Amino acid sequence: MQNLKVNLIELIRRTSSDLPDDVQKTILTGLKKEAKKSLAEQTLLIIQKNIELAAKKSQPICQDTGSILFFVRVPIGFDALKLEAETRKAVADATSMGYLRQNSVDSLTGRNSGNNLGPGTPSFHYEFWRKPQVDVRLILKGGGCENVGAQYSLPHSGLNANRDLDGCRRVILDAVVQAQGKGCGPGVLGVCIGGDRITGGIHAKEQFLRKLNDRNPNPELDRLELDITNTANRLGIGPMGFGGTTTLLGCKIGALNRVPASYFVTISYMCWAYRRQGFILNTRGKIEKWLY
Amino acid sequence: MKFIHLDHPFTEQKVRDLKVGDLVLVSGLIYTGRDAVHKYLYDGGKSPVPLRDQIIYHCGPVVMREGKRWKVTAAGPTTSTREEPYQADIIKNHGIRGVIGKGGMGPKTVEACKQFGCVYLHAVGGAAQVLADCVQEVQGVHLAERFGPPEAIWEFRVEDFPVTVTIDAHGNSLHKDIYEKSKQALEKYL
Repeated sequence: MQNLKVNLIELIRRTSSDLPDDVQKTILTGLKKEAKKSLAEQTLLIIQKNIELAAKKSQPICQDTGSILFFVRVPIGFDALKLEAETRKAVADATSMGYLRQNSVDSLTGRNSGNNLGPGTPSFHYEFWRKPQVDVRLILKGGGCENVGAQYSLPHSGLNANRDLDGCRRVILDAVVQAQGKGCGPGVLGVCIGGDRITGGIHAKEQFLRKLNDRNPNPELDRLELDITNTANRLGIGPMGFGGTTTLLGCKIGALNRVPASYFVTISYMCWAYRRQGFILNTRGKIEKWLY
Repeated sequence: MKFIHLDHPFTEQKVRDLKVGDLVLVSGLIYTGRDAVHKYLYDGGKSPVPLRDQIIYHCGPVVMREGKRWKVTAAGPTTSTREEPYQADIIKNHGIRGVIGKGGMGPKTVEACKQFGCVYLHAVGGAAQVLADCVQEVQGVHLAERFGPPEAIWEFRVEDFPVTVTIDAHGNSLHKDIYEKSKQALEKYL
């Protein structure tokens, strides 16, 4: 597994500097819909130029390279601890190479570890599977958009939201209005209906592993996803909250079972700099395929 | 789209002429300052640079040393609301004419902008490369040892740095307007 660390650094470089095609295409679609010579159009043009420049220069799309979230699927019997150790080394190296900003701060002392390593950073989320390969996906999520995420407990009397899909719709749209442009919109919502306060947050973030142009296999959730995106884009919030029709690039919703007493709707907001990449490795650490 | 050029020196008259929704290209000297600098100035710390008639940029840039020069490799705006407790006093006591950031600011800052002649200029969040490209030269750095490089005051000479006026010197805030309009619009779709 000699090349594993090198491959992981390349994963980080690509994630930080090169936005996936599905995200770029959706931003372009929004750009075409905005009124000519509007603030919204001007803002999306700057965003588009920034995406091109970052890829060309191999430099971070946004200086906030954010939380470093790894989602990994491993075969039974695979040494995931070794993979994790190599990944941590790759993160430290990618930081000194400038692909990642120094973003890991001790919450008690305020000291920055300087290499993105520390308790909880980066974060790893594992699953086992029966394939003889390793699936490694990385999401970089900036602090500005993380700060506008929200969790609602239903019923919510202030928003007239009951424990049904209409109630979910009400709180999700409230989160969009509360976020305005502060999460660096146009954004993408990852939502989990149900679960507990913690599993809901993780499942909401897992929605960001989906491509923007995919469809939810559950027809009810599929309808809700399209409805939220279309409705949000009629609210006039627009890119950066300057007004316009591109408020959301998409909305992805998952559901987990809950205990009878709880009904949470957890919403994670992703900025337009939606940095997601991944690859399939064979068990010797060689890249078989890029995923996005 | 019509751009308005705002060139150093940033006088009260130039700033008072701007209104919400104007697209502005800033050229000349600007100073970065984020959380640590704002708290320091608010607590009565002496500014290492003269801030009267200057612009503060809420930014923690990535700056690399290249021989004897500094090179800015990423320089997008950071969220401004964290400076809301301090900004109005700094506008009043130091006489700054502009604040560049993202996400907008609250009523205290809106009021200070009106009273003392200052504007809030919104840069595109996340556009770290486009904005770094506008920095022609790093002219100096202050308080770097005390606060660390991202929290230091960097002197940037910028050219055609693109921003939008979202809080003007007449009490208007685009953020307040859009929030109220979008809230009303949502009522129709519930």
